[in-house]
Amino acid sequence: MTAAAEGSPPLRMTRARRNALLQSEPVQGFALISPTFLYALILLVLPILVVIAHSFWTQHYLTIDRTFTLENYRVALTEPIYRDLLWRSLYISLTVSLFTVILAYPIAYFISFHGGRHKSLWLFLITIPFWTSYLLRVMSWKVILGYNGVLNSGLMGLGIIDEPSTALLYNSSAVIITLTHAWAAFAILPIFVSLEKVDRTLVEAATDLGDGPLRSFLRVTLPLSAPGVISAALIVMIPTVGDYVTPKLVGGKDGVMIANAIQAQFGKAANWPLGAALSVTTMLIVTLMAGATVLIIRALQRLAR
Amino acid sequence: MRARRFLSGGWLSVYAFLYIVFLYLPVIFLPIFSINTAPTPKFPLTGFTLQWYADLPHTPALLDAAWNSLKVGVSASVLATVLGILAARSITRYRYPGRRTIHGLIMAPLVLPEVIVAISMLLVMLQLGLSLSLFTVVLGHVLVCIPYSMTVLTSGFEGFDRSLEEASADLGESAFGTFRRVTLPMVAPAIISSLLVCFTISLDEFIIAFFLTGTEATLPIYIWGQLRFASKLPGVLALGTLLLVASFLLMTIAEILRRRAARRTQNEGGLYA
Repeated sequence: MTAAAEGSPPLRMTRARRNALLQSEPVQGFALISPTFLYALILLVLPILVVIAHSFWTQHYLTIDRTFTLENYRVALTEPIYRDLLWRSLYISLTVSLFTVILAYPIAYFISFHGGRHKSLWLFLITIPFWTSYLLRVMSWKVILGYNGVLNSGLMGLGIIDEPSTALLYNSSAVIITLTHAWAAFAILPIFVSLEKVDRTLVEAATDLGDGPLRSFLRVTLPLSAPGVISAALIVMIPTVGDYVTPKLVGGKDGVMIANAIQAQFGKAANWPLGAALSVTTMLIVTLMAGATVLIIRALQRLAR
Repeated sequence: MRARRFLSGGWLSVYAFLYIVFLYLPVIFLPIFSINTAPTPKFPLTGFTLQWYADLPHTPALLDAAWNSLKVGVSASVLATVLGILAARSITRYRYPGRRTIHGLIMAPLVLPEVIVAISMLLVMLQLGLSLSLFTVVLGHVLVCIPYSMTVLTSGFEGFDRSLEEASADLGESAFGTFRRVTLPMVAPAIISSLLVCFTISLDEFIIAFFLTGTEATLPIYIWGQLRFASKLPGVLALGTLLLVASFLLMTIAEILRRRAARRTQNEGGLYA
């Protein structure tokens, strides 16, 4: 009814409000992300700080003595059992990330350079097994490698071996095989992304200037995809160091890893501070190892050029 | 000459085929032995049966676990997607200091060892006096689902034509109204895709549920308990097969929806890029 009379003031108001909103864009953006940010602070950052605090305390039966001590770290670093478990976990995660990256690179290369129209179908095919339960995938390796398992019974059926081999399951090789399979897709994706970013004209230029396909691959494509190789290595290395399910199911006595010891401290052994110190030590060492990996790959990248 | 042939598609496609076999073979054994009459999984196969599947509905503990998993999965996926929408929207639409750091922090659970994430949450929850229950499992699952939700949603939100929103604002729509009537319909497929991805992750997640649950088991925890008994293996294989099929279907639908969302906003990327 009075639309004509009221038409202009609200219009001016909305414009003024819009200008104010535009000016406060950072505020608005931050306000929007703050619930998620707070959630991560409360359930990730705060807990990790609590773990770090616990690692400097002592357990007295059911209570915790909050006087500062480094005793837990002394135990974590010098007790042979924990030292061995840490070394083994690092060795396993390093081997697994090396294998996954080496096995994944040709696939990522194939999809990126020869995938043609079916690139996303290939990626989908490769990632789909990894959306199935991790527990089930580890379990299927137990079925395959077991004493009465698929591999043993299959090899016996083919007459290759006479009696089941016990060497397949319950050792660190079984852990390495299972983890390499479990993390394969996670290594393919970052390498694929970095290969997609490689400027194809650079490869052509190298060929035009007389480089053979292998040389142009080694001097152009491979160094340019180094960032993908780095993130693939890290994305596999950091989580596998703390894997709990695989060593528990297929590792046996010789495949126990540090996560199993950490779990024991929070469970049966009921020594939270020691468990916390083991967690912090693991995190620090894997960070150092990750940093070293980045430096080594970068150095290789420079050498290749 | 040989090098050229080596780097060309021929050898690589053979390798790619073998690699796919390596990826799928272990997973395929679960369904194969779940319909085999022999109680131990070994060759040669003895005969076809659906007995192990028929036994599943007569196990009350399993039905409880399935119901628990459903409750946890639905709650975690809804919460994680709501938090994911806010964060993905903020990351793709606004520029502000500290944006990258916050983004990195939210994505961090993706690359941290799960055991350490789980025990640190356990410590805090016990300190806060929360009793362990399905609720604490949901809290944990939301944390690990948010990064996946963000990835799916960011690919849906990015490349979104901002002029549409500006047009809506110019026409007098409020910020919320624009989001509800312009942005939301465009990104709805991405949101559903995020819900499905988070539900699948929660359904399959073991470590966090293992540490944070009280007496109530989710499906993976139920399976873990059954693994100790060799005689229960066929039932576990049958249940595992059903879970595999469920995850496979959910993820396929999620991927189709995500692609549709990406097409709408003319943007490629997301989970598989």
